[in-house]
Amino acid sequence: MAEVILSTKGLSRSFGYLKAVDDVTLNIRQGSITGLIGPNGAGKSTLFNLLTGALKPDTGTVHLNGRDITGLAPDRLFASGLGRTFQIPRPFARMSVLENVMLAPTGQVGETVAGPFFFRNRMRAEEKRIRDKALGVLDFVTLGALADHPAGQISGGQMKLLELARVLMGDPSLILLDEPAAGVNPVLTETLIGKIEELNRQGTTFVIIEHDMDFVMRHCDPVIALAEGRVVFEGTSDEALKNPVLLDAYLGATADA
Amino acid sequence: MIGVISYLVFFATTASILAIAVLGLNLQWGNTGLFNGGVVAFFGAGAYATLILGGTPQAGHLGGFELFYPLALLGGMAAAGLLAWIVGLLTLRLRHDYLAIATFGVAVAFENLMRNAEWLAGGAKGVRGFERPLREALGDGFLYNLLFFAVVLVILIATYLFLERLVASPFGRLLRAIREDEEAAQSLGKNPTKIRLTAFVTGSVILGLAGGLYGTFYAFVSPQDVLPTLTFQIWAMLIVGGAGNNRGAIFGAFLIWGAWTASGWALSRFAPVEAQLYTGSVQFILIGSVIVGMLMWRPQGLLPEKLVVSQRGKTPLVKQGV
Ligand SMILES: Nc1ncnc2c1ncn2[C@@H]1O[C@H](COP(=O)(O)OP(=O)(O)OP(=O)(O)O)[C@@H](O)[C@H]1O
Ligand SMILES: [Mg+2]
Repeated sequence: MAEVILSTKGLSRSFGYLKAVDDVTLNIRQGSITGLIGPNGAGKSTLFNLLTGALKPDTGTVHLNGRDITGLAPDRLFASGLGRTFQIPRPFARMSVLENVMLAPTGQVGETVAGPFFFRNRMRAEEKRIRDKALGVLDFVTLGALADHPAGQISGGQMKLLELARVLMGDPSLILLDEPAAGVNPVLTETLIGKIEELNRQGTTFVIIEHDMDFVMRHCDPVIALAEGRVVFEGTSDEALKNPVLLDAYLGATADA
Repeated sequence: MIGVISYLVFFATTASILAIAVLGLNLQWGNTGLFNGGVVAFFGAGAYATLILGGTPQAGHLGGFELFYPLALLGGMAAAGLLAWIVGLLTLRLRHDYLAIATFGVAVAFENLMRNAEWLAGGAKGVRGFERPLREALGDGFLYNLLFFAVVLVILIATYLFLERLVASPFGRLLRAIREDEEAAQSLGKNPTKIRLTAFVTGSVILGLAGGLYGTFYAFVSPQDVLPTLTFQIWAMLIVGGAGNNRGAIFGAFLIWGAWTASGWALSRFAPVEAQLYTGSVQFILIGSVIVGMLMWRPQGLLPEKLVVSQRGKTPLVKQGV
């Protein structure tokens, strides 16, 4: 069996009486682009929040590379190679696009009060290195020309790309993308997919929440479906297309584009 | 003539001390987005501790350590930092409006403690018995005041340079990210609690420095010096000058202190005698209106924060409407 990078056992989380994530057990295969689908309110984003430590589970465990990371804070998990983007982009609005990206590397010398005064040379050298890398990453996600713009003033689709760029600065081994193509124009979406597949070839594992079935069927394997907080399907995209339960879950819930 | 110059030196000294305080608040609010509603507690901790540590023995309250002045001043800064650290540990998990209310409460508690605990700091009568440093050598006159102003000015410039370098560094980037979106910053590996605490304590140490200088200037501090009015004034200075911009903070301090002083003078001169009792309240209303007006028409302040851009000489694209 292929190696597992991330796994959960019996993961649950309620909001009041609502079981948003209900006893989810799953394995994410190393090197895969796993698609996570399900109707609105199925608990997909909540599951991401549980995996990244943004929310604490009521019960259940999460393992990353075999290590129990249940309940660890998001900052610790980012440092261990787990990156994520948000369904609604969260740019640092009154900072330039470049600064948004340069922020991300962990453990910078200049990140302490003492750094800028007692470790100036090291800080300068590191800043130069980080800036070069950031400009490279911005070019990679096609935002190079916007480096000096306030991040709050770029388009919604560009913000999605910016979030990806920020995450890439940490060289994560696993990236969770929450609806990366939503609100992004088709040309940009193609670009985005190209980038994701390129990174995937270099070894990065992806889990992608997406409503666009065409996107999921063409680019994700395996596919996992949630409905009302539970896993209702796990398999290849071909199997997904033929699965009556899955069609039900979708037909039952939405007229999503 | 010497009278006017003497007055100007007095004015500039006070304004410079307040400017240092505004710089401290700017680190907290302008850069990090921490709503400190109890500025005066940290300012006051600095003033009280400096005078207690550096003063001569007094009957009835703590003090008389007669420390070498720079050490007393450092002690004042440390006291403000320690207070901020404790308050920070207890409250920094709170979000903006709650943090404002909690810190405001701390400041009111501080004032009440100083007013009532006579054994600690003289109660309502305040801390006396502090000798201004080098007074014996220089006397009490104009020369002393001029030199004291020079020292305050040097400290103001040093504080400004310190903060400019700090906020231009990756640390400053970290503060801004916390201000803009804490959750996103945390998802990128940053520890918001630690960063907020560091910024809160550092800003409060600067507030304590300003307080220590203020106490030194008057060689006296009492509960009257730590009323919420001062918190209010320092906030007005920052908002009018431009939160997030250190030059704006200094500019705002001089502008608002000038307006405050001038309005006080004008009211005492031209207002009917019966109304003069209310000079303070009228000034309060004026400054409140200035804050409200500023927030409505120019919330970024007179000298707004500047965006940090890369220095690689590429012309940014013309901004298009988004
Ligand atoms: N912080 C919260 N407090 C209370 N309820 C919440 C919270 N977050 C999510 N929920 C609820 O949990 C359920 C699952 O929400 P979630 O955002 O995970 O769905 P989703 O699958 O991502 O949906 P969508 O496709 O619309 O993004 C929803 O009913 C939602 O209202
Ligand atoms: Mg969602």
